[in-house]
Amino acid sequence: MSAIVVPMEEGGSILLPAIPDLVWGTISFVLVAIVIGRLVVPNVTKALDARRDAIEGGLKRAEEAQAEAAAARDQYDAQLAEARAEAARLREQAREEAKVIRAELIEQAQADAARVAAQAQAQIEAERTAAMQSLRTEVGSLALGLASSVVGESLSDDKRSSAIVDRFLADLESADAAGASK
Amino acid sequence: MLAARRCAPKQEKALNLVTLLSLPTVECEPGQFCGPSIEEFFPAPILFEGTPFELNRVLLIRLVAVLAVVLILWLGTRNWKLVPTRGQAAMEFVIGFVRQGIIIETLGEKAGRRFMVLLMTIFFLTLGLNLTGTIPGLQIASTGLIGQAIVMAVIAYVTFIYAGIKEHRFKFFKNALWLPGVPIFIKPVIALLEFLSTFIIRPVTLTLRLTMNMVAGHMLLTLVFLATNFFFVTVLFTQGNALGLLGIGTFAFGLAFVVLEIFVAGLQAYVFTILTAIYIQMALADEH
Repeated sequence: MSAIVVPMEEGGSILLPAIPDLVWGTISFVLVAIVIGRLVVPNVTKALDARRDAIEGGLKRAEEAQAEAAAARDQYDAQLAEARAEAARLREQAREEAKVIRAELIEQAQADAARVAAQAQAQIEAERTAAMQSLRTEVGSLALGLASSVVGESLSDDKRSSAIVDRFLADLESADAAGASK
Repeated sequence: MLAARRCAPKQEKALNLVTLLSLPTVECEPGQFCGPSIEEFFPAPILFEGTPFELNRVLLIRLVAVLAVVLILWLGTRNWKLVPTRGQAAMEFVIGFVRQGIIIETLGEKAGRRFMVLLMTIFFLTLGLNLTGTIPGLQIASTGLIGQAIVMAVIAYVTFIYAGIKEHRFKFFKNALWLPGVPIFIKPVIALLEFLSTFIIRPVTLTLRLTMNMVAGHMLLTLVFLATNFFFVTVLFTQGNALGLLGIGTFAFGLAFVVLEIFVAGLQAYVFTILTAIYIQMALADEH
Protein backbone atom coordinates (compact mmCIF):
# COMPACT_ATOMS: atom_id res chain seq x y z
CA MET A 1 0.00 0.00 0.00
CA SER A 2 2.86 2.30 0.77
CA ALA A 3 3.90 2.08 -2.87
CA ILE A 4 0.93 4.16 -3.87
CA VAL A 5 1.93 7.69 -4.56
CA VAL A 6 -1.09 9.69 -3.64
CA PRO A 7 -1.78 12.35 -6.18
CA MET A 8 -2.04 15.37 -3.95
CA GLU A 9 -3.56 18.23 -5.75
CA GLU A 10 -4.99 21.21 -4.01
CA GLY A 11 -8.56 19.79 -4.08
CA GLY A 12 -8.03 16.61 -2.14
CA SER A 13 -6.73 13.09 -2.08
CA ILE A 14 -8.39 9.91 -3.16
CA LEU A 15 -6.78 8.01 -0.28
CA LEU A 16 -6.85 10.54 2.55
CA PRO A 17 -10.36 11.46 3.62
CA ALA A 18 -11.37 15.07 4.03
CA ILE A 19 -13.06 15.97 7.30
CA PRO A 20 -16.40 16.96 5.68
CA ASP A 21 -16.37 13.66 3.79
CA LEU A 22 -16.11 11.73 7.09
CA VAL A 23 -18.66 13.98 8.81
CA TRP A 24 -21.28 13.68 6.11
CA GLY A 25 -20.48 10.03 5.63
CA THR A 26 -21.19 9.39 9.31
CA ILE A 27 -24.35 11.49 9.25
CA SER A 28 -25.54 9.63 6.16
CA PHE A 29 -24.92 6.27 7.78
CA VAL A 30 -26.66 7.22 11.00
CA LEU A 31 -29.65 8.67 9.13
CA VAL A 32 -30.13 5.58 6.98
CA ALA A 33 -29.55 3.32 10.01
CA ILE A 34 -32.23 5.15 12.00
CA VAL A 35 -34.76 4.90 9.19
CA ILE A 36 -33.99 1.22 8.61
CA GLY A 37 -33.93 0.40 12.34
CA ARG A 38 -37.00 2.36 13.30
CA LEU A 39 -39.20 2.00 10.23
CA VAL A 40 -38.06 -0.45 7.60
CA VAL A 41 -37.13 -3.51 9.66
CA PRO A 42 -40.21 -3.27 11.97
CA ASN A 43 -42.46 -2.75 8.95
CA VAL A 44 -40.97 -5.70 7.12
CA THR A 45 -41.04 -7.93 10.20
CA LYS A 46 -44.63 -6.99 10.91
CA ALA A 47 -45.73 -7.63 7.34
CA LEU A 48 -43.92 -10.96 7.15
CA ASP A 49 -45.34 -12.05 10.52
CA ALA A 50 -48.83 -11.05 9.42
CA ARG A 51 -48.38 -13.05 6.24
CA ARG A 52 -47.15 -16.09 8.16
CA ASP A 53 -50.11 -15.82 10.52
CA ALA A 54 -52.48 -15.54 7.60
CA ILE A 55 -51.00 -18.59 5.94
CA GLU A 56 -51.04 -20.56 9.17
CA GLY A 57 -54.61 -19.40 9.86
CA GLY A 58 -55.60 -20.44 6.35
CA LEU A 59 -54.07 -23.85 6.85
CA LYS A 60 -55.86 -24.22 10.17
CA ARG A 61 -59.16 -23.19 8.63
CA ALA A 62 -58.64 -25.67 5.84
CA GLU A 63 -57.95 -28.39 8.40
CA GLU A 64 -61.09 -27.51 10.28
CA ALA A 65 -63.14 -27.56 7.10
CA GLN A 66 -61.67 -30.92 6.24
CA ALA A 67 -62.51 -32.29 9.69
CA GLU A 68 -66.02 -30.93 9.34
CA ALA A 69 -66.41 -32.54 5.95
CA ALA A 70 -65.12 -35.84 7.34
CA ALA A 71 -67.60 -35.66 10.20
CA ALA A 72 -70.45 -34.91 7.80
CA ARG A 73 -69.39 -37.84 5.64
CA ASP A 74 -69.27 -40.16 8.63
CA GLN A 75 -72.71 -39.04 9.66
CA TYR A 76 -73.99 -39.54 6.15
CA ASP A 77 -72.40 -42.99 6.02
CA ALA A 78 -74.00 -43.88 9.34
CA GLN A 79 -77.38 -42.69 8.14
CA LEU A 80 -76.98 -44.59 4.92
CA ALA A 81 -76.09 -47.78 6.78
CA GLU A 82 -79.04 -47.27 9.09
CA ALA A 83 -81.37 -46.76 6.15
CA ARG A 84 -80.00 -49.86 4.48
CA ALA A 85 -80.50 -51.88 7.64
CA GLU A 86 -84.02 -50.51 7.96
CA ALA A 87 -84.79 -51.41 4.37
CA ALA A 88 -83.40 -54.89 4.87
CA ARG A 89 -85.46 -55.28 8.02
CA LEU A 90 -88.62 -54.13 6.22
CA ARG A 91 -87.94 -56.47 3.36
CA GLU A 92 -87.43 -59.35 5.78
CA GLN A 93 -90.62 -58.44 7.58
CA ALA A 94 -92.52 -58.26 4.31
CA ARG A 95 -91.16 -61.62 3.33
CA GLU A 96 -92.27 -63.11 6.66
CA GLU A 97 -95.70 -61.61 6.28
CA ALA A 98 -95.95 -62.88 2.74
CA LYS A 99 -95.04 -66.34 3.95
CA VAL A 100 -97.69 -66.19 6.64
CA ILE A 101 -100.28 -64.91 4.21
CA ARG A 102 -99.43 -67.57 1.69
CA ALA A 103 -99.65 -70.27 4.33
CA GLU A 104 -102.99 -68.93 5.46
CA LEU A 105 -104.24 -68.81 1.91
CA ILE A 106 -103.09 -72.33 1.22
CA GLU A 107 -104.72 -73.54 4.40
CA GLN A 108 -107.95 -71.79 3.58
CA ALA A 109 -107.89 -73.11 0.06
CA GLN A 110 -107.32 -76.60 1.34
CA ALA A 111 -110.16 -76.18 3.81
CA ASP A 112 -112.42 -74.87 1.07
CA ALA A 113 -111.48 -77.72 -1.18
CA ALA A 114 -112.14 -80.21 1.57
CA ARG A 115 -115.46 -78.58 2.33
CA VAL A 116 -116.51 -78.60 -1.34
CA ALA A 117 -115.40 -82.17 -1.68
CA ALA A 118 -117.38 -83.18 1.40
CA GLN A 119 -120.49 -81.41 0.12
CA ALA A 120 -120.15 -83.06 -3.23
CA GLN A 121 -119.72 -86.40 -1.51
CA ALA A 122 -122.84 -85.88 0.56
CA GLN A 123 -124.86 -84.78 -2.44
CA ILE A 124 -123.70 -87.74 -4.46
CA GLU A 125 -124.61 -90.02 -1.59
CA ALA A 126 -128.06 -88.48 -1.31
CA GLU A 127 -128.69 -88.68 -5.02
CA ARG A 128 -127.51 -92.24 -5.13
CA THR A 129 -129.87 -93.18 -2.31
CA ALA A 130 -132.74 -91.42 -4.08
CA ALA A 131 -131.87 -93.08 -7.37
CA MET A 132 -131.71 -96.47 -5.67
CA GLN A 133 -135.05 -95.83 -4.07
CA SER A 134 -136.74 -94.91 -7.34
CA LEU A 135 -134.94 -97.66 -9.22
CA ARG A 136 -136.12 -100.27 -6.73
CA THR A 137 -139.80 -99.36 -7.22
CA GLU A 138 -139.58 -98.79 -10.98
CA VAL A 139 -137.49 -101.88 -11.69
CA GLY A 140 -139.96 -103.91 -9.52
CA SER A 141 -143.02 -102.77 -11.36
CA LEU A 142 -141.31 -103.09 -14.73
CA ALA A 143 -140.17 -106.60 -13.93
CA LEU A 144 -143.61 -107.51 -12.63
CA GLY A 145 -145.30 -106.18 -15.74
CA LEU A 146 -142.82 -108.04 -17.87
CA ALA A 147 -143.14 -111.23 -15.86
CA SER A 148 -146.94 -111.15 -15.78
CA SER A 149 -147.06 -110.59 -19.47
CA VAL A 150 -144.52 -113.42 -20.03
CA VAL A 151 -146.15 -115.89 -17.64
CA GLY A 152 -149.65 -114.92 -18.77
CA GLU A 153 -150.94 -115.16 -15.42
CA SER A 154 -152.22 -112.39 -13.40
CA LEU A 155 -150.24 -111.73 -10.50
CA SER A 156 -152.95 -109.72 -9.00
CA ASP A 157 -152.27 -111.08 -5.61
CA ASP A 158 -150.29 -108.30 -4.13
CA LYS A 159 -148.92 -110.33 -1.30
CA ARG A 160 -147.46 -112.88 -3.57
CA SER A 161 -146.20 -110.54 -6.13
CA SER A 162 -144.39 -108.37 -3.70
CA ALA A 163 -142.85 -111.48 -2.13
CA ILE A 164 -141.58 -112.52 -5.54
CA VAL A 165 -140.16 -109.12 -6.25
CA ASP A 166 -138.43 -109.05 -2.91
CA ARG A 167 -136.95 -112.42 -3.49
CA PHE A 168 -135.81 -111.45 -6.91
CA LEU A 169 -134.17 -108.31 -5.61
CA ALA A 170 -132.52 -110.16 -2.80
CA ASP A 171 -131.09 -112.54 -5.39
CA LEU A 172 -129.87 -109.61 -7.37
CA GLU A 173 -128.26 -108.04 -4.37
CA SER A 174 -126.56 -111.21 -3.34
CA ALA A 175 -125.32 -111.67 -6.86
CA ASP A 176 -124.04 -108.09 -6.72
CA ALA A 177 -122.37 -108.69 -3.42
CA ALA A 178 -120.81 -111.88 -4.72
CA GLY A 179 -119.61 -110.00 -7.83
CA ALA A 180 -118.15 -107.18 -5.67
CA SER A 181 -116.41 -109.53 -3.30
CA LYS A 182 -115.04 -111.53 -6.16
CA MET B 1 -5.97 -13.06 2.96
CA LEU B 2 -8.48 -14.36 0.55
CA ALA B 3 -10.24 -11.05 0.37
CA ALA B 4 -6.99 -9.25 -0.20
CA ARG B 5 -6.06 -11.54 -3.04
CA ARG B 6 -9.50 -11.27 -4.57
CA CYS B 7 -9.44 -7.52 -4.80
CA ALA B 8 -5.83 -7.10 -5.83
CA PRO B 9 -6.47 -6.88 -9.60
CA LYS B 10 -9.14 -4.27 -9.08
CA GLN B 11 -6.79 -2.15 -7.06
CA GLU B 12 -4.18 -2.47 -9.73
CA LYS B 13 -6.63 -1.40 -12.34
CA ALA B 14 -7.64 1.56 -10.26
CA LEU B 15 -4.08 2.55 -9.56
CA ASN B 16 -3.12 2.31 -13.20
CA LEU B 17 -5.99 4.55 -14.04
CA VAL B 18 -5.04 6.97 -11.30
CA THR B 19 -1.47 7.28 -12.51
CA LEU B 20 -2.67 7.47 -16.08
CA LEU B 21 -5.16 10.13 -15.33
CA SER B 22 -2.91 12.21 -13.14
CA LEU B 23 -0.86 13.01 -16.21
CA PRO B 24 -1.15 16.73 -16.88
CA THR B 25 -4.35 16.66 -18.83
CA VAL B 26 -6.21 19.36 -16.95
CA GLU B 27 -4.80 22.23 -18.91
CA CYS B 28 -4.76 21.33 -22.57
CA GLU B 29 -4.54 23.14 -25.83
CA PRO B 30 -7.67 23.79 -27.89
CA GLY B 31 -8.03 21.01 -30.45
CA GLN B 32 -6.27 18.57 -28.15
CA PHE B 33 -7.99 15.79 -26.26
CA CYS B 34 -8.67 16.61 -22.61
CA GLY B 35 -8.93 13.47 -20.44
CA PRO B 36 -10.93 13.31 -17.25
CA SER B 37 -9.36 14.38 -14.00
CA ILE B 38 -9.58 13.05 -10.48
CA GLU B 39 -10.32 16.65 -9.55
CA GLU B 40 -13.94 16.00 -10.47
CA PHE B 41 -14.27 14.32 -7.08
CA PHE B 42 -13.06 17.50 -5.36
CA PRO B 43 -15.06 20.45 -6.68
CA ALA B 44 -15.14 23.82 -4.95
CA PRO B 45 -17.19 24.02 -1.76
CA ILE B 46 -20.71 25.36 -2.04
CA LEU B 47 -21.99 25.61 1.54
CA PHE B 48 -20.49 26.03 5.02
CA GLU B 49 -17.03 26.69 3.59
CA GLY B 50 -14.20 26.26 6.09
CA THR B 51 -16.30 24.26 8.61
CA PRO B 52 -16.30 20.48 9.11
CA PHE B 53 -19.73 20.53 7.45
CA GLU B 54 -18.40 21.98 4.22
CA LEU B 55 -20.50 20.78 1.29
CA ASN B 56 -19.34 20.52 -2.28
CA ARG B 57 -21.18 19.09 -5.27
CA VAL B 58 -20.24 15.47 -4.52
CA LEU B 59 -21.28 15.67 -0.89
CA LEU B 60 -24.54 17.37 -1.88
CA ILE B 61 -25.18 14.50 -4.27
CA ARG B 62 -24.47 12.14 -1.37
CA LEU B 63 -27.14 13.89 0.70
CA VAL B 64 -29.63 13.78 -2.16
CA ALA B 65 -28.96 10.07 -2.56
CA VAL B 66 -29.35 9.47 1.18
CA LEU B 67 -32.65 11.34 1.12
CA ALA B 68 -33.83 9.26 -1.85
CA VAL B 69 -32.77 6.00 -0.16
CA VAL B 70 -34.52 6.97 3.07
CA LEU B 71 -37.71 8.01 1.27
CA ILE B 72 -37.84 4.95 -0.99
CA LEU B 73 -37.22 2.59 1.92
CA TRP B 74 -39.73 4.30 4.16
CA LEU B 75 -42.52 4.71 1.61
CA GLY B 76 -41.76 1.37 0.00
CA THR B 77 -42.22 -0.61 3.20
CA ARG B 78 -44.77 1.58 4.95
CA ASN B 79 -47.94 -0.24 4.15
CA TRP B 80 -47.23 -3.77 3.09
CA LYS B 81 -50.31 -5.79 2.27
CA LEU B 82 -50.83 -9.49 2.62
CA VAL B 83 -51.17 -9.77 -1.12
CA PRO B 84 -48.45 -7.59 -2.66
CA THR B 85 -49.05 -5.01 -5.35
CA ARG B 86 -46.51 -4.68 -8.14
CA GLY B 87 -44.46 -2.01 -6.35
CA GLN B 88 -44.55 -3.93 -3.12
CA ALA B 89 -43.43 -7.10 -4.88
CA ALA B 90 -40.41 -5.23 -6.25
CA MET B 91 -39.54 -3.86 -2.80
CA GLU B 92 -40.09 -7.27 -1.27
CA PHE B 93 -37.74 -8.78 -3.83
CA VAL B 94 -34.93 -6.34 -3.06
CA ILE B 95 -35.37 -6.35 0.72
CA GLY B 96 -35.88 -10.11 0.74
CA PHE B 97 -32.65 -10.53 -1.22
CA VAL B 98 -30.69 -8.53 1.36
CA ARG B 99 -32.54 -9.88 4.40
CA GLN B 100 -32.68 -13.53 3.42
CA GLY B 101 -30.13 -13.92 0.65
CA ILE B 102 -27.27 -12.04 2.30
CA ILE B 103 -27.87 -11.62 6.01
CA ILE B 104 -29.81 -14.65 7.22
CA GLU B 105 -28.08 -17.08 4.85
CA THR B 106 -24.69 -15.96 6.14
CA LEU B 107 -25.40 -15.39 9.82
CA GLY B 108 -28.42 -17.58 10.47
CA GLU B 109 -31.78 -16.44 11.80
CA LYS B 110 -30.71 -15.34 15.30
CA ALA B 111 -27.45 -13.52 14.63
CA GLY B 112 -28.97 -12.25 11.38
CA ARG B 113 -31.66 -10.42 13.32
CA ARG B 114 -29.04 -8.97 15.68
CA PHE B 115 -27.03 -7.39 12.88
CA MET B 116 -29.92 -6.84 10.44
CA VAL B 117 -30.10 -3.05 10.77
CA LEU B 118 -26.36 -2.57 10.42
CA LEU B 119 -26.00 -4.78 7.36
CA MET B 120 -29.11 -3.46 5.64
CA THR B 121 -27.86 0.07 6.21
CA ILE B 122 -24.51 -0.77 4.66
CA PHE B 123 -26.20 -2.34 1.64
CA PHE B 124 -28.77 0.31 0.88
CA LEU B 125 -26.51 3.26 1.66
CA THR B 126 -23.76 1.88 -0.57
CA LEU B 127 -26.21 1.00 -3.33
CA GLY B 128 -27.85 4.44 -3.27
CA LEU B 129 -24.56 6.33 -3.26
CA ASN B 130 -23.11 4.10 -5.99
CA LEU B 131 -26.10 4.51 -8.29
CA THR B 132 -25.70 8.28 -8.53
CA GLY B 133 -22.68 7.49 -10.69
CA THR B 134 -24.98 6.66 -13.60
CA ILE B 135 -27.93 8.97 -12.98
CA PRO B 136 -27.96 11.68 -15.66
CA GLY B 137 -27.23 15.10 -14.22
CA LEU B 138 -25.57 13.71 -11.09
CA GLN B 139 -23.16 11.26 -12.70
CA ILE B 140 -20.73 10.93 -9.85
CA ALA B 141 -20.78 8.34 -7.09
CA SER B 142 -20.02 9.86 -3.70
CA THR B 143 -18.62 6.48 -2.59
CA GLY B 144 -15.72 7.50 -4.81
CA LEU B 145 -14.75 9.73 -1.89
CA ILE B 146 -12.88 7.51 0.49
CA GLY B 147 -14.45 8.94 3.65
CA GLN B 148 -17.75 7.12 3.19
CA ALA B 149 -16.03 3.78 2.68
CA ILE B 150 -13.77 4.42 5.70
CA VAL B 151 -16.78 5.19 7.89
CA MET B 152 -18.51 1.97 6.88
CA ALA B 153 -15.33 -0.12 7.07
CA VAL B 154 -14.62 1.19 10.57
CA ILE B 155 -18.18 0.37 11.61
CA ALA B 156 -17.85 -3.12 10.12
CA TYR B 157 -14.45 -3.56 11.82
CA VAL B 158 -15.68 -2.46 15.23
CA THR B 159 -18.79 -4.60 14.84
CA PHE B 160 -17.05 -7.87 14.04
CA ILE B 161 -14.49 -7.39 16.82
CA TYR B 162 -17.31 -6.48 19.21
CA ALA B 163 -19.28 -9.55 18.14
CA GLY B 164 -16.24 -11.78 18.63
CA ILE B 165 -15.40 -10.42 22.08
CA LYS B 166 -19.02 -10.57 23.20
CA GLU B 167 -19.22 -14.18 22.09
CA HIS B 168 -15.83 -15.54 23.21
CA ARG B 169 -14.34 -12.87 25.55
CA PHE B 170 -10.63 -12.64 24.88
CA LYS B 171 -10.50 -16.17 23.57
CA PHE B 172 -11.67 -14.48 20.36
CA PHE B 173 -8.17 -13.20 19.66
CA LYS B 174 -6.64 -16.55 20.49
CA ASN B 175 -9.11 -18.26 18.14
CA ALA B 176 -8.35 -15.76 15.42
CA LEU B 177 -4.57 -15.87 15.68
CA TRP B 178 -3.42 -19.12 17.35
CA LEU B 179 -4.66 -21.67 14.86
CA PRO B 180 -4.99 -25.33 15.87
CA GLY B 181 -3.21 -27.98 13.84
CA VAL B 182 -0.26 -25.74 12.93
CA PRO B 183 3.25 -26.90 13.95
CA ILE B 184 4.31 -25.00 17.04
CA PHE B 185 7.47 -23.46 15.55
CA ILE B 186 5.63 -21.69 12.72
CA LYS B 187 2.67 -20.71 14.87
CA PRO B 188 4.07 -17.23 15.58
CA VAL B 189 4.53 -16.60 11.86
CA ILE B 190 0.99 -17.74 11.12
CA ALA B 191 -0.28 -15.64 14.00
CA LEU B 192 1.43 -12.57 12.56
CA LEU B 193 -0.03 -13.27 9.12
CA GLU B 194 -3.47 -13.88 10.57
CA PHE B 195 -3.22 -10.65 12.51
CA LEU B 196 -2.35 -8.74 9.36
CA SER B 197 -5.08 -10.49 7.40
CA THR B 198 -7.84 -10.13 9.96
CA PHE B 199 -7.17 -6.84 11.66
CA ILE B 200 -5.34 -4.78 9.04
CA ILE B 201 -6.09 -6.04 5.54
CA ARG B 202 -9.82 -6.58 6.04
CA PRO B 203 -10.80 -2.97 6.75
CA VAL B 204 -8.29 -1.62 4.22
CA THR B 205 -9.58 -3.86 1.42
CA LEU B 206 -13.19 -3.12 2.32
CA THR B 207 -12.44 0.58 1.96
CA LEU B 208 -10.26 0.50 -1.11
CA ARG B 209 -12.35 -2.00 -3.06
CA LEU B 210 -15.41 0.18 -2.86
CA THR B 211 -13.75 3.53 -3.40
CA MET B 212 -11.46 2.45 -6.21
CA ASN B 213 -14.23 0.66 -8.06
CA MET B 214 -16.32 3.79 -8.06
CA VAL B 215 -13.42 6.08 -8.96
CA ALA B 216 -12.37 3.78 -11.79
CA GLY B 217 -15.93 3.48 -13.04
CA HIS B 218 -16.36 7.23 -13.05
CA MET B 219 -13.08 7.72 -14.85
CA LEU B 220 -13.95 5.13 -17.44
CA LEU B 221 -17.35 6.67 -18.17
CA THR B 222 -15.95 10.19 -18.29
CA LEU B 223 -13.14 9.05 -20.56
CA VAL B 224 -15.34 7.41 -23.16
CA PHE B 225 -17.90 10.22 -23.19
CA LEU B 226 -15.22 12.93 -23.37
CA ALA B 227 -13.64 10.94 -26.18
CA THR B 228 -16.99 10.71 -27.95
CA ASN B 229 -17.41 14.44 -27.61
CA PHE B 230 -13.86 15.05 -28.82
CA PHE B 231 -14.28 12.79 -31.87
CA PHE B 232 -17.63 14.22 -32.94
CA VAL B 233 -17.23 17.92 -32.13
CA THR B 234 -13.51 18.58 -32.46
CA VAL B 235 -12.34 16.04 -35.03
CA LEU B 236 -15.41 15.54 -37.20
CA PHE B 237 -17.04 18.97 -37.28
CA THR B 238 -14.28 21.44 -36.47
CA GLN B 239 -11.42 19.71 -38.28
CA GLY B 240 -13.62 17.89 -40.81
CA ASN B 241 -11.66 14.70 -40.34
CA ALA B 242 -13.50 11.42 -41.03
CA LEU B 243 -11.53 9.82 -38.18
CA GLY B 244 -14.11 11.52 -35.97
CA LEU B 245 -16.47 8.68 -36.84
CA LEU B 246 -14.53 6.68 -34.26
CA GLY B 247 -16.83 8.49 -31.87
CA ILE B 248 -19.54 5.99 -32.78
CA GLY B 249 -17.38 3.28 -31.29
CA THR B 250 -16.54 5.18 -28.11
CA PHE B 251 -20.19 6.09 -27.65
CA ALA B 252 -21.20 2.44 -27.94
CA PHE B 253 -18.56 1.60 -25.36
CA GLY B 254 -19.95 4.36 -23.17
CA LEU B 255 -23.44 2.87 -23.27
CA ALA B 256 -22.07 -0.57 -22.42
CA PHE B 257 -20.06 0.86 -19.53
CA VAL B 258 -23.14 2.63 -18.16
CA VAL B 259 -24.84 -0.75 -17.92
CA LEU B 260 -21.68 -2.21 -16.41
CA GLU B 261 -21.53 0.60 -13.86
CA ILE B 262 -25.13 -0.02 -12.77
CA PHE B 263 -24.16 -3.65 -12.28
CA VAL B 264 -20.98 -2.68 -10.41
CA ALA B 265 -23.00 -0.37 -8.15
CA GLY B 266 -25.13 -3.31 -7.04
CA LEU B 267 -22.19 -5.70 -6.94
CA GLN B 268 -20.07 -3.48 -4.70
CA ALA B 269 -22.97 -2.95 -2.29
CA TYR B 270 -23.45 -6.73 -2.24
CA VAL B 271 -19.74 -7.42 -1.72
CA PHE B 272 -19.33 -4.90 1.09
CA THR B 273 -22.41 -6.25 2.87
CA ILE B 274 -21.68 -9.94 2.49
CA LEU B 275 -18.02 -9.52 3.50
CA THR B 276 -19.08 -7.67 6.64
CA ALA B 277 -21.59 -10.44 7.33
CA ILE B 278 -18.92 -13.10 6.79
CA TYR B 279 -16.47 -11.29 9.10
CA ILE B 280 -19.14 -11.19 11.82
CA GLN B 281 -20.01 -14.82 11.20
CA MET B 282 -16.32 -15.85 11.48
CA ALA B 283 -15.99 -13.88 14.70
CA LEU B 284 -19.07 -15.63 16.13
CA ALA B 285 -17.97 -19.10 15.03
CA ASP B 286 -16.41 -21.38 17.64
CA GLU B 287 -13.35 -22.33 15.63
CA HIS B 288 -11.52 -20.11 13.27
